[in-house]
This record gives sequence, C-alpha cells and structure tokens, in this order.
Amino acid sequence: MDALAMGGYGAYVWSCFAMTFAVFVFNSWRARVRHRAVYRDLEVRIKAVEERL
Amino acid sequence: MRPDDNMPGLLSALYASARRDLLLAWKRPGDILNPLFFFAMVGTLFPLAVGPSVEQLQFIGPGVLWVAALLAMLLSLNGLFLADFEDGSLEQLLVSPQPLVLLALGKTVAHWLTTGLPLVIISPLMAVTFHMPPQSIGVLMLTLGLGTISLSLLGSIGAALTVGLHRGTALLSLLILPVGMPVLIFGARSVSLAAAGDTYSAGVSALAAYAVGALALAPYATAAALRISNE
Amino acid sequence: MLTFLHKMASPPHFYGLANTLGPWLAVPGYLLIAFGAFAGLFVAPPDYQQGDAFRIIYVHVPAAYLSMMAYMLMAVASGIGLIWRIKLAHAVAAAAAPLGAAFTLLALATGSIWGKPMWGTWWEWGDPRLTSELILLFLYFGYMALRSAIDDTVKADKASAVLALVGAVNVPIIHFSVEWWSSLHQGPTLVKEGGPAMDPAMLYPLLAMIVGFTLVFGAQVLRRIRTEVLYRERRTNWVRHMILTPEGES
Repeated sequence: MDALAMGGYGAYVWSCFAMTFAVFVFNSWRARVRHRAVYRDLEVRIKAVEERL
Repeated sequence: MRPDDNMPGLLSALYASARRDLLLAWKRPGDILNPLFFFAMVGTLFPLAVGPSVEQLQFIGPGVLWVAALLAMLLSLNGLFLADFEDGSLEQLLVSPQPLVLLALGKTVAHWLTTGLPLVIISPLMAVTFHMPPQSIGVLMLTLGLGTISLSLLGSIGAALTVGLHRGTALLSLLILPVGMPVLIFGARSVSLAAAGDTYSAGVSALAAYAVGALALAPYATAAALRISNE
Repeated sequence: MLTFLHKMASPPHFYGLANTLGPWLAVPGYLLIAFGAFAGLFVAPPDYQQGDAFRIIYVHVPAAYLSMMAYMLMAVASGIGLIWRIKLAHAVAAAAAPLGAAFTLLALATGSIWGKPMWGTWWEWGDPRLTSELILLFLYFGYMALRSAIDDTVKADKASAVLALVGAVNVPIIHFSVEWWSSLHQGPTLVKEGGPAMDPAMLYPLLAMIVGFTLVFGAQVLRRIRTEVLYRERRTNWVRHMILTPEGES
C-alpha cells in the first residue's frame, strides 16, 4: 500500500505516470486511426476511378 | 545599349529600396505614428491601472516598456510586405536583377527607421512616466535600439513567411514570440539592473551580438521566405 | 551506401521499410519503458531530499529529452528537404512535429506537477528548463500553425522548413537567455545539476526510460511518416497499384 502512497506524494507521482501512459496510448491510436482513414479514403477514390474505366 | 550599362550597383540597390519605403511611409504618417501611439498608450495605461506608487512603477517600468515596444514592433511588422504584395510590387522585387537579399534588407532598414528608431527616441518620455532613475534611461534607449534592430530583422522573416496568409497577423505573432523572447529578456533585465545600479554589460553585449548575428543571417532567410511565399 | 540512401529517399521503398521496421522499434521500446517504470517506481530508493516525489523524473526527463530530439529531427529533416529537395525529408519533418509537441506538453505538465510539492507552486519561472520548454512549445505550435495555414503542400513544406531552421538556431540562444535571466535570482531547479552522479539503482531505470521513449517515438514517427507519404503520393502509380492489389494493410 505504501507503493500507492509514495511517501505522501502518491497523487503527484501516479498522475504523472498515468498522463504519460495516456499520451503514448493516444499517440499510437491516433496515428493508426489516421493512417487507416487516409488509406480507406484513397481506396474509395481509386476504386471509383477504376470502375469508370 | 548593353544591359550592363547604367545597372545600379549593389549599395545603391539597397539604398533605393530603403528610400522607396521611407518615402511611402512619409506619405502615410499613420504607419509611423500607429506603433508609436500604441507604445505611448501602454506607457500611460499601466500607471493608471496599477496605481501611482512610485516604487511599484519603477519596478515594473523596464518590463512594461519593453513588452510595449515588442508589441508595437509586432503590430507594424505585419505591414512590411503586405502593401507590396497586394499591389503586385512584391513580384517586381522578386524578378528584379538586383539581389533579393539587398532589396529585402532595404525594406527592413526602412522599417526600423520608421518604427524602431522612433520608439527609441520617445522612450525617455515614457521612462519618466515610470519614474525610472536617470542612469537607466540611457540603457533603455540602448537596449531598445539594439533590440528593435534584431526584431525588425528577424520579424521580416516571419512577415515574409506569412504575407498574404489568412489570419496572418495572429500567426506572425506566434512565430515572432520565441524569437523575440531573448531580446525581451536581455533588454528588460538589463534596464532593471541598470536602474538598481548593478552591472548590465552582460545583457547589453548579448543584445549587440544578437543584432549582429541577425544582420548577418536574417536577410538571407527573409529573401528565401519571400521566394517561397510567392512561387 | 549511396545507393542505399538513394533507395531510402524513394517513397515506395521507405513506405515498405517503415512498415517492417516499426515493430522492431516498438516492442523493445515498450519493454524498456515497462522495465524502467517498474524499477523507477518500486526498486529505486527514495531520494534523500525529495523523497518519493523524485520518481516523476522517470517520465519528466525522457519527455523533455524527446521534445528536444524531435525538434532537432524536424530541423535536420527540414534542412535536408530544403537543400537537397528530397520530398521524403519534408514528410519526416511534418510527421515529427505533432509528436514533439505532445512530448513537450507532457514535459511541461509533469514538470509543473513535480514542482507543486517541491516549490509549492504549479509554475516556477525561475526554473530555466521549464521556461525554455514553454518556448519550445510555442515553436512547435508556430510550425504546425504555419503548415496548416498554407494550402499548397510544396509551399507549406518549404515555408515551415525555413521556420524550423530559424527556430533551431534560436533554441540555444533562448536557452542561454533564460539561464542568464534565472541566474539573476537563484531559482530552484527540478533536476539537480549533478546529473549522473546518481546512485546507479536510480540511474539505470532513467536510462532505460530514455532509450525506451526514444525507440517508441521512432516507431510512432515512422507510422506517421507512412501516412504522410501515402497522402502525398496519392496520385502516383505505385500507390494506385498498391491499393488495387488485394493485400493486408495495417
């Protein structure tokens, strides 16, 4: 339990680590989502052009 | 007649560019007066807002005046290339046989003469409203002089990058901020130190070095930025 | 060697290479971070001055370090793109910026939180590094704002490249000016200037975190570069071919 308390500084230490974790997760997720969105959008456009040919 | 005949030399190109902008500013005194008025306004509004305590005003004086000068320069920088951009003269500058670096430098020099120098000249008046001790007024003028030179030079890069952009002014302010910070720090703190009777040479030397560096390098960046924005 | 570099600068090659390289950076990176965090939180002994609060160093320092590395990457890539006209280099700069800004924000937030129990305030202007980080954030914002204000990609690349380079020259100057300014009245600093004169049990987790952060940053920036490349090259044949050929895309 004193791991959680961190000598009284628990809130500070854990919020920092949580924030860091959140940033990493967000960066990773955002990059993935964006890539997929760009890819899907291109797929639609290019396949539409192909249909017409 | 060969094209080389009557081709103006480099120095006269610089001079011609500066002279042109000076004449234009002379015809529109508002361009010169606006930043000055802003500077004076800040100088009078602050004492009114914080109260007449001499000690307090002396304390905040250097900082407030320096920030006011920085903001005044910022406001005027936006118009550095804007008028020329709008009426097509900027394109003429770009295709001119004279080196763009010198033409841009000429405009920057004119900008300093019409904005920076007047700020330096009326700064003693503003110093009085903040009850600043006499030994600090000279330092105020010196730091403002050196600082505004750097700001004109470095600001012209930002102005060139943002000319004609939507919301250019706000963007320009954001771009200038990191660049203007060392100038602000060295300038304002040197004046504070001088007011307190301490040695201030470190800050002033830093400002001088910064100005020299800016003079040597900024015009090239400005010219490159002008070309990029106008392709 | 030169042919390797030449190949690297080619978007389709880089696109494929970045895809395979990504996991090789991400997996060791995350493992190192996990190890570093665990050791930093539970194994390293508490600091005799700051107690357990010093453990924030294990996220604050890597974040700050990366915020600067990302900017350097951005500036160097911008320079390469500007001087040698390599499109891919500009894509690298564009990809690195948001990540760098994120780490800068993280460094500022963790620095501020660390400061509260240490100095009693959420912000301390006297700490030169914190103030420099704030200015770095403005540099990032300016770069991203300029990029988004210019519609034409090539123009945006070049303009932001000039900005990145001018900013890069200014970073040491800014740092120097802030140090001078805060030295005028001794302000407390977050990280002791002693640096690696730390107890090894404290140091190793920190090193692990720094390397781990860097590796993960590398993986994330590679992924972002791939997206940039995909978008920029959307009208080329290789992209068309890649999309039309049925294959698993991540």
